[in-house]
Amino acid sequence: MKQYKHSVSLDLEKCKGCTNCLKRCPTEAIRIRDGHAVINSDVCIDCGECIRRCPYQAKKANFDRYEDIDAKKYRIALPAPSFYGQFVDLDDVDYVLQGLLDIGFDDVFEVARAAEIVTEYTRRYMSEQDISYPVINSACPAVVRLITLRFPYLCAHVIPMMPPIELAGKIAREEAIAKHPELKPEDIAIVFISPCPAKASYVKNGFLGEKSHVDYVVSMSDIYFKLIGVMKKNATPKATSQSGMIGMSWASTGGEASALFNDKYLAADGIENVIHVLDEIETGHFPMLQFVELNACPGGCVGGVATVENPYIARVRLQALRRYLPVSQNRLEKSDNEGYPEEILFPKDLEYRPVGKFDDDLTTAMQKMSEIEDLAASLPALDCGSCGAPTCRAFAEDVVLGGRSIDECIVYMRERIQKMVQYPGEE
Amino acid sequence: MAETLRFHYEVDGNNFTSAGAASVEVKRKLRQLGFDAETIRRVSIAMYEGEINMVVHARGGSADVYVDKDCITIILADRGPGIPDISLAMQEGYSTAPDNIRALGFGAGMGLPNMKRYTDEMKIETVLGKGTTVTIKVYTNGANKL
Ligand SMILES: Nc1ncnc2c1ncn2[C@@H]1O[C@H](COP(=O)(O)OP(=O)(O)O)[C@@H](O)[C@H]1O
Ligand code: SF4
Ligand code: SF4
Ligand code: SF4
Ligand SMILES: [Mg+2]
Repeated sequence: MKQYKHSVSLDLEKCKGCTNCLKRCPTEAIRIRDGHAVINSDVCIDCGECIRRCPYQAKKANFDRYEDIDAKKYRIALPAPSFYGQFVDLDDVDYVLQGLLDIGFDDVFEVARAAEIVTEYTRRYMSEQDISYPVINSACPAVVRLITLRFPYLCAHVIPMMPPIELAGKIAREEAIAKHPELKPEDIAIVFISPCPAKASYVKNGFLGEKSHVDYVVSMSDIYFKLIGVMKKNATPKATSQSGMIGMSWASTGGEASALFNDKYLAADGIENVIHVLDEIETGHFPMLQFVELNACPGGCVGGVATVENPYIARVRLQALRRYLPVSQNRLEKSDNEGYPEEILFPKDLEYRPVGKFDDDLTTAMQKMSEIEDLAASLPALDCGSCGAPTCRAFAEDVVLGGRSIDECIVYMRERIQKMVQYPGEE
Repeated sequence: MAETLRFHYEVDGNNFTSAGAASVEVKRKLRQLGFDAETIRRVSIAMYEGEINMVVHARGGSADVYVDKDCITIILADRGPGIPDISLAMQEGYSTAPDNIRALGFGAGMGLPNMKRYTDEMKIETVLGKGTTVTIKVYTNGANKL
């Protein structure tokens, strides 16, 4: 398996080896080793939860820097819809788009526009026969990766449709070439302004073997601080937004789902809730649902770790910004009334890639599990984390599968020492 | 020959919010053992339904899971009211779940029929006023194949 490239990493200097991130990682990807956190890249889904939890800002999201993008290229900014919710007293998205041009971008393409097109195609997909209900959205890369690692049966439920960021990248490049025929595709730099490290990883790794249409992923907070310096209230912006209510509503939970005009949907956000919902869907618990929108971050993308504003405030702002917009400004042609272009579909099926299997041989796997069970039963069940594992059970797995020493459990050690003092010479 | 793995769970009848937790735990273990997706799904759906039934209809109980290479057996035992008419209870859509439980999305009367559908063997032993024991078996279709 090719190594998955991550966008969440650790600043060794700042990490104190506390157990805050350890406890909150939804995939138990973190261990504390030699006094600091270590991330197991096979299971990390770049959800950013550890960044949110670290009191020392030792966990960081890695993005491209705006300054590092070759200024000779034709740079197109792709703001995610959540970006618009970051600004105080903004009453028109055009000021943001103009600001992006003013800091040096040559052009802007709103991801919200692509989101409206994806919404139309999704409605079409939902009206087809032979689809597995409930259909799960494909827009949050942390959720999609989680499903491929842990929910074999749900891989076929993920809508096989590229997320808006891809379609936006593709159309942006095509439009730029149409406007400036002298440009070659490689002269163009498509720059996504991202709320989260998950999108950065998505772009770095490509998806299902295909390279992304996006070339760079910069952090939303980074661009935000550049922009507030140049955004002027008095000058009338020349740029005009072309997205409607639907596109903007993708920024927060329920926006994507409600735009489908199908009320048999569920929208859940926050990675713990997402896992809970996936477990329930897998056990067949929601037979009535047709669409499930899942976002790893609290509140949806407005809650991404690279945003600056509180997600609930951002959501309210977006509602205000949307109020006088047309429902959608990006509709498919009337004549184009069935199917979808090849390029919007996944290039191949989403594959289940299990991690954490104990052994390829079932007998051996069963023996190991039996050892782990016995060991876990003898541990104090405190889940205190001082052994560097998030739970006693995970520690038992580390001992049996990863060769850790049982002496690293301090509670176990203390009991052993007490026994040695009480009954010297017995051990 | 590997020894049978055995897992025991107490299913709390007073804590509705934790209903279903044991089947999620079993699902995770089967995944770690490397069983294929279809087997895991069948086991976890059937066990989930049995677990929910014990919480909804029998004030809780216990679940014992036995994992062998070729077969997974689950015994769900409770000390609830028992089932007066098994063939009626097995009918699709038949349910005695109270309204407050239905409001939560349970009580569609598909639990027992689904347990039968997703397993290879199912046996219900029940004594009115004493309790019910449901035993289900799923034969694995080749572990570790993915
Ligand atoms: N463990 C049990 N103890 C007592 N009664 C049960 C038990 N399991 C099922 N039943 C009875 O069988 C009926 C049908 O069960 P099921 O098919 O799971 O539907 P539901 O749980 O939705 O009612 C229940 O409504 C209940 O009357
Ligand atoms: S990004 Fe998420 S999955 Fe990765 S280590 Fe942090 S909390 Fe765990
Ligand atoms: S919910 Fe949105 S911001 Fe959060 S990880 Fe998923 S795509 Fe990124
Ligand atoms: S009690 Fe021991 S095994 Fe459990 S988390 Fe604490 S140190 Fe680790
Ligand atoms: Mg039931």
